[in-house]
Amino acid sequence: MVAIAIVKIRDLFAVTMLTGIYSLLAASLFVVLDAVDVALTEAAVGAGIMIILMLGTLALTTSKEKVHRKPQNALALVVVFITGAALIYGTLDMPHFGDPEAPAHTHLSPHFTQESVDEIGIPNMVTSVLASYRGIDTLGEAVVIYAAAVGVLLVLGSGAVRRRRKEKTDSGEAQS
Amino acid sequence: MNQYVVLRVVTKLMIPVILLYGLYIQFHGEYSPGGGFQAGIIFAAGFVIYSLIYGLDKAQDAISPEVAHVFAALGVLLYIVIGIASFFLGGNFLEYKVLLPDDHAGETFGIIGIELGVGITVATVALTLFYSFAGRERD
Repeated sequence: MVAIAIVKIRDLFAVTMLTGIYSLLAASLFVVLDAVDVALTEAAVGAGIMIILMLGTLALTTSKEKVHRKPQNALALVVVFITGAALIYGTLDMPHFGDPEAPAHTHLSPHFTQESVDEIGIPNMVTSVLASYRGIDTLGEAVVIYAAAVGVLLVLGSGAVRRRRKEKTDSGEAQS
Repeated sequence: MNQYVVLRVVTKLMIPVILLYGLYIQFHGEYSPGGGFQAGIIFAAGFVIYSLIYGLDKAQDAISPEVAHVFAALGVLLYIVIGIASFFLGGNFLEYKVLLPDDHAGETFGIIGIELGVGITVATVALTLFYSFAGRERD
């Protein structure tokens, strides 16, 4: 319901707030599913930092979405429907939700759940999978995050920050 | 926001707790939910709140944008250095158990090290993003 509201509402400030609520709901859902690590991330990133960054962006731009009537393209609609139908058809081949015979549950999961404590020596399985078994994955994630910062600095430029520090004049806080 | 006394006082009380909680999540990640990503974001959130209440300049006096840039790179570097160290000590890339004589101690050492790298990177990247958005005037 929140997601539908996010798609429908044109006021971007309200959309930002609704996104935060959506993240918080997702975090509670993860807690219910016993994925506390993911819930912590969702709450901190989705409901915390993301909202601040979005508000910062809104302060720089404007909080009203531009309304534009685009011409209806029947061909594009057909392509979208065919692709969506193909994707849904593809999910039919996947193992059922919670199926104990699924490949993931017969091969890797038992190994991780039963032997990771002996192999790695730390109690939190999530950390040992994340940091040890899939260390290179996590390295890639760290590099992606760093690349994001570099990209933002390239686009927005850190010069604005420095200039502002030097001037230190009027208007005080720039953030909303 | 200088005129809101309640906000200022409450923030002053809360920020040490937030930073401490971030560190707890960072270094307790092997035993309880948590790890570098979450800890970094929570740590950065402490600074974001500080700069929302006390102004961006005060926060940039604490951690300047230049320092944040350098530390973002250092975090990734720490991760890679641990990987290469285990490579040169006779294991595969990122095979931590060769780092220390005892297998488990080596694994724990390596995991804490890379989580620290991830935490530093995430915290400073989040701060960098916040600085570069909040530090600009509307064009």
